[in-house]
Amino acid sequence: MKCAIMPFVGYELVEHTADLGIRVWADDIKGLFEEAARALFDIITDLTKVEAHLKREIVIRGSSREELMVAWLNELLYLHEVELLLFCDFSIAEIDEGTVTGVANGEEFDEARHSVKTEVKAVTYHQLEIKEHGERWQTQVIVDI
Amino acid sequence: MTDQQTVHLKKIDEYRWLIPREGGMRTDGLVYADERMMDVIKKDQSLQQVKNVAFLPGIVGPSLAMPDIHWGYGFPIGGVAAFDAEEGIVSPGGVGYDINCGVRLMRSGLERNDIQGRIKGIVDALLVNIPSGVGSHRKDLKLDKQQQHKVLQKGAQWAVDQGYGQWKDIEHIEEQGRIPDADPDLVSTKALERGKAQLGTLGSGNHFVEVGYVAEVYDEGAAGVLGLAKDQVTIIVHTGSRGLGHQVCDDSIRVMLQAAQHYGIELPDKQLCCAPLGSKEGKEYLAAMACAANFAFANRQIITHWVRETFEQVLHMGPSTLKLDLIYDVCHNIAKLETHEVDGRERRLCVHRKGATRAFPPHHPDVPVTYKDIGQPVLIPGDMGRCSYVLVGTECAYEETFGSTCHGAGRIMSRHQAKKSARGRMVTKELEAKGIYVRGASMGTIVEEIPEAYKDVSDVVNVVQGAGIGKKVAQLKPMGVIKG
Repeated sequence: MKCAIMPFVGYELVEHTADLGIRVWADDIKGLFEEAARALFDIITDLTKVEAHLKREIVIRGSSREELMVAWLNELLYLHEVELLLFCDFSIAEIDEGTVTGVANGEEFDEARHSVKTEVKAVTYHQLEIKEHGERWQTQVIVDI
Repeated sequence: MTDQQTVHLKKIDEYRWLIPREGGMRTDGLVYADERMMDVIKKDQSLQQVKNVAFLPGIVGPSLAMPDIHWGYGFPIGGVAAFDAEEGIVSPGGVGYDINCGVRLMRSGLERNDIQGRIKGIVDALLVNIPSGVGSHRKDLKLDKQQQHKVLQKGAQWAVDQGYGQWKDIEHIEEQGRIPDADPDLVSTKALERGKAQLGTLGSGNHFVEVGYVAEVYDEGAAGVLGLAKDQVTIIVHTGSRGLGHQVCDDSIRVMLQAAQHYGIELPDKQLCCAPLGSKEGKEYLAAMACAANFAFANRQIITHWVRETFEQVLHMGPSTLKLDLIYDVCHNIAKLETHEVDGRERRLCVHRKGATRAFPPHHPDVPVTYKDIGQPVLIPGDMGRCSYVLVGTECAYEETFGSTCHGAGRIMSRHQAKKSARGRMVTKELEAKGIYVRGASMGTIVEEIPEAYKDVSDVVNVVQGAGIGKKVAQLKPMGVIKG
């Protein structure tokens, strides 16, 4: 199956001189984590070329929402780098102050079909803050590239 | 966090700007730049970041910024800060994700004319022999866990032990290619996993191998000692500790966020998180950082070996004709324990250099014997279309900046802007018309790295020279480049 891609719905990429920022918004915190992950892989590759053939279950622990966000994204980056996976679809099952449980769907990197737009070194804590305004959640994450 | 507008700047002289201590700052900020550069620097938040670093406990001397300063996460890129070994802190954000990203320079027995017609062959072969791009690595380099631990403990010395290069290379590497007290047991399984297939790979972004030539010599004496002469072919390797270093940094930041809270350290920005140098967390970070730094030294050493092999294959010449000798290898993202004289007394300090290069003066004990009369070589790469510089360290740098100077050009265009500006252009053709043959794992990287995306490195180096924190020896121009 092809992943449904709607670029710039829920996130936008913010330019910095040497790095990249991801501005994400959603109507709940689960959506915020899912959108942030999509944005991360939008930086890495052309998401329209990635299909959801396999899944990885992910459990992350941390001591704040911000820490969980960075750890969640860095875990995806780790799987991308070590197992050479590209993800295009994410769903968070549960999230509380100390744990995130979710699933990432994607496939193995295939040189013939996939391109790597940007190699991401890490997701940083720089000026990271998760904000909640009524039903709208938002955050900005800076990525080291 | 205060806004950039609130940063109060006082011009000291043509190349120095003071950010006077105020509020929670424990010391002044000192920025090296000329008037024109300062106008650009003011546009991002990097001056605020120089101020933020001045908040950290145990800082000795000013919070410093080199002329290639630009906005980083936490510490600015181009930042230098020293902390007292007893009362100060160590911060992974003051080193950066790419631990021991660095540059090495080789000279050769060849002249520009000897390879002019062969440069395409050399560059194409370099691209085959040196893995770059996602998931690529040499099949003939595979490490088990025990060997990986040795890499982390012994750095470039491990690589030479395995036949990658020669023992005489080691004398010409900062710290002899091995930072002591590295403890692989403090490196997470995740970091080891990320590093496993990445030893001997270039990585992407601004990492490269460049074949060039000496375009100009400014100091004949020093150039002679370095074995450099006009039109001589040189090779630069720029890469770091790859995913292993990124993971060590990320793991350590998580620990330091807790540690900063535990030790009651107030942080103007989370990314500045840190721990006292004497604490368990501080010591463990330094021991893990040393592992990543050693991985980077080994990485550059292995790539150097493959560069030598490539020249032998393509030019059908032996090592004694090619004379591909290592001039020097410098780190530009590192924290190190060093002894410096402060206000007339010797003090043990942890010097953080994030996007800055060590630049020790003549006769310093850490300068290789061969270079003792000229000072430590400093290698400043520019963009792929203009030039790079070889400098030497100075007394002035030792006195003012804990023996530190700039590290490169620094971006002025975001990657997106660069792509936009390159739209519809044949970037590689343009460079080829200038006599520079560029190949990369992906076209995307090349386009993002167009020369005009960077500050002119000559401006940066001229400030360094004007301020006296580095001395120009030679200018190098590119002929062929491989990009990650």
